[in-house]
Amino acid sequence: MSGKRSTFLISALVFGFAFLYVPILLVIVYSFNEGKLVTVWAGFSTKWYVSLFNNDGMIDAAWNSLRIGVMSATLALALGTPAGLVMSRFGRFKGRTLFSGMIAAPLVMPEVITGLSLLLLFVTLEQLIGWPAGRGLSTITIAHTTFCAAYVAVVVQSRLSGMDISVEEAAMDLGAKPGKIFFVITLPMILPALMAGWLLSFTLSLDDLVIASFVAGPGSTTLPMKVFSSVRLGVSPEINALATLIILAVSILIVIASILILRSERLRNRAANGGAEAT
Amino acid sequence: MPEAVLDRAHEDVHKTQPWNNPDAVPYIRFENVTKKFGDFYAVDDVSLDIYRHELFALLGGSGCGKTTLLRMLAGFEEPTSGKIFIDGVDMAGVPAYERPTNMMFQSYALFPHMSVEQNVAFGLVQDGVSRAEIKEQVADMLALVQMTKFAKRKPHQLSGGQRQRVALARSLVKRPKVLLLDEPLGALDKKLREQTQFELVNIQEKVGTTFVMVTHDQEEAMTMASRIAVMNEGVINQIGTPFELYEYPNSRYTANFLGQVNLIEGVLVDDDEKYAVIKSDEANCDIYIDHAVQGHEGMTFWVALRPERLRLTKDAPEDTKYNCLSGKVEEIGYLGGISTYHVRLETGKRIKVTEPNSTRQIEPRYTWEDSVWVSWEAGAASVLNK
Amino acid sequence: MSSDKLTIKQKFDRWMIKHGRVLVIGIPYFWLFLFFLVPFLIVLKISFSMAEYAQPPYSALFAWIDEGVTITLNFGNYLFLLSDSLYATAYLNSIRIAAISTIITLLIGYPMAYGIARARGSMRSVLLMLVILPFWTSFLIRVYAWIGILDREGLINAFLMWTGIITEPLIMRQTEFAVYVGIVYTYLPFMILPLYSTLEKMDISLIEAAMDLGCKPWQAFVKVTLPLSLPGILAGSLLVFIPAVGEFVIPELLGGPNTLMIGRTLWNEFFANRDWPIASAVAIAMLIFLVVPIMWFQHIQTKQEEREQ
Repeated sequence: MSGKRSTFLISALVFGFAFLYVPILLVIVYSFNEGKLVTVWAGFSTKWYVSLFNNDGMIDAAWNSLRIGVMSATLALALGTPAGLVMSRFGRFKGRTLFSGMIAAPLVMPEVITGLSLLLLFVTLEQLIGWPAGRGLSTITIAHTTFCAAYVAVVVQSRLSGMDISVEEAAMDLGAKPGKIFFVITLPMILPALMAGWLLSFTLSLDDLVIASFVAGPGSTTLPMKVFSSVRLGVSPEINALATLIILAVSILIVIASILILRSERLRNRAANGGAEAT
Repeated sequence: MPEAVLDRAHEDVHKTQPWNNPDAVPYIRFENVTKKFGDFYAVDDVSLDIYRHELFALLGGSGCGKTTLLRMLAGFEEPTSGKIFIDGVDMAGVPAYERPTNMMFQSYALFPHMSVEQNVAFGLVQDGVSRAEIKEQVADMLALVQMTKFAKRKPHQLSGGQRQRVALARSLVKRPKVLLLDEPLGALDKKLREQTQFELVNIQEKVGTTFVMVTHDQEEAMTMASRIAVMNEGVINQIGTPFELYEYPNSRYTANFLGQVNLIEGVLVDDDEKYAVIKSDEANCDIYIDHAVQGHEGMTFWVALRPERLRLTKDAPEDTKYNCLSGKVEEIGYLGGISTYHVRLETGKRIKVTEPNSTRQIEPRYTWEDSVWVSWEAGAASVLNK
Repeated sequence: MSSDKLTIKQKFDRWMIKHGRVLVIGIPYFWLFLFFLVPFLIVLKISFSMAEYAQPPYSALFAWIDEGVTITLNFGNYLFLLSDSLYATAYLNSIRIAAISTIITLLIGYPMAYGIARARGSMRSVLLMLVILPFWTSFLIRVYAWIGILDREGLINAFLMWTGIITEPLIMRQTEFAVYVGIVYTYLPFMILPLYSTLEKMDISLIEAAMDLGCKPWQAFVKVTLPLSLPGILAGSLLVFIPAVGEFVIPELLGGPNTLMIGRTLWNEFFANRDWPIASAVAIAMLIFLVVPIMWFQHIQTKQEEREQ
């Protein structure tokens, strides 16, 4: 590689990552600003964190979001895993094209359309069968489950298609029936993908504003809805504090996850080398 | 020879070569089996008998249908038409997990999240065997494949050869009626492969299970198998012992696939009860065959000559009427133990000759562009009509 | 083993296997059908009904008249969309803004993806993680971060005025410029990741071969790297373009009142005007625009999958 181009690539990377990270860093810095204005540094203070924790509306919304996130990520896992299995292992069946379309479409569908359509479904269902009576946490959970299930299905499908199918055939050959093969062989092997799928779903649910706004009811304000209504008017130091907390939580999780992955890889490498030496 | 001795000799042959005994009952039977994938015939009307205690090899290039045949036996694929019997039982509709077969996969397909012990025990656990018995049988199996001290390891902590042993133990532990091996040594390096070939044969003799193996490696098949079926494009070309296939190939395909061969095309000009003469324009010579040939005069045949059965000389042989070619040395491959020579005839045809270097020479016997003669015994040639 | 010799347990097991398969397909199928497909049909239906001051605020599409079912199709909503230039402007704006943002994202993302793909092993995974990390933090907060930067009293203006380059603050927030910044910023990882995965798979000796055969580095790039990364470029571009067209949060928070985009229009019809039928018609019209790129994306994905298999 010529030195010239390498300089170009390095400056592209530096500029790109600065673009990605400077705004986030600024939010973190200003969350500790004593004053209310963004431009003026009035001294270090943690008062916005205190006021954030005293904001009952914000705390309630966060609690709602967490509950919805856990529920819909878990449900999405329960629905998305068989969907991914069907896509990669079941071959042809009647209605497969529609099925794969229904898994792929939610990933790219504009949120406003998904939100509107689900709301209209809930209203229609309520008229027809009286369920769901009103809208709230449960309707948001259903909505999030639906699009998160699609993400889980894609994650599971891609993990399964990268996996040697003969491992499952071997289990069948040794006398295990299909249901058992799934629980004893397939599931343990795709466990990391399932964990990734759950976390992805949880994050997506926690982050969603548009769909939740459509299908929410009174008393089911989620954190993004709360944040949205307060930042519409401009910068708010409390939101800076909240953003900092979220970024901190995510960074800690990511760092822990990568350390775990690195360590298991290193262990595996060492073990593999040990195995080779033993022969 | 007294008749009793002859009879006993016959009996022995029937025991060791059940395929030569008309009364022997085949253990595995394919009856006109066809498998289509869409419009593609992976296996086309194959009938095949395999006998108990055999180590049977399906040999062929990739896409010849050998793996499909094996997978139909295991129950992973259902035949489009035809029947498969194992030990007299029709296998139609019997799922893989209920068949009396076990398979050793090409990739070994060890369960990555289970230890060696758990892998080997898996099949017994499925059958609901008692814990004590599982422990005992797993220990026996691991001892058989010399993996006892690795029992607690996970598959990714093993070398390729060790994984192969675990896969073998896992597929043998259920005492299947038939063990299926899909390219059993394909993932090993050359040196390890040669050593493992004999180990596999020894284990097979010890446990007595019928082995059916798929391979694309003719050397592997010939070293290990009692009989080989040479497959091509979904059909079986020839079935026989390694000896029969090498010495008496029935077609140019088999002759070419097993070992090296020179094929000389010619026309039958003289056909007698005791001998035949084939005249070849391609090599510009007459070939004398010491047995009768099935066919009429004027028919085209191919004479198959193994390179090691040819004699290379600087001077013309005494009789140059038959089985004698002259040409120039074009290529020399010195391999130490043997040398191979490519001799170009005046007609342009190339003949390959191998000679053992059985004595130490001061300098190589032949060099490029040397004029040489190639000759052979009348019994060395096989005559092929397809 | 013929079927009459089976034990009852075996028969039960086989029944379970046969119907278990139906069950495994059926449950997710039913869920997605009910909560993804049926809602679209309802949107379609309501886009043909009339707005009413009722709960829910639209007329019934099926009505019992003289003991028979009649279906009243009301094309009024669609005619209204065509007659009011507001909607056409919003559509065209959305597509223009999405397209321009996609191109900018590609121009920033490509060198980054290339740089990451050419980085050394451990460095590569760190850089890749740095690309993915923002995705895990809140989307809303990432958009919000730019308010403080682009605002009239924001950091850029404060800095420029401090240096004396300008005396009057620049209007950057509540302009189309701010929307571009927002879209590029939030969707950059979606561009980089597919680009990276095609570039990373590419054999570097191909470029070396091209240079060995007399190409200058930029020629090798144009003639070898670029054509080979085309699938990644397409996938990344569609991953940015499709959601950008329907984007609501970014134009709402960063754009001005004149930055009309279709997602925002739908939101306003629904929440501000409470005109559900018009909102539905807007949704259907948006979908019609997006069908082609969505199908195209699907096509690329399936082709990719087939190649990998």
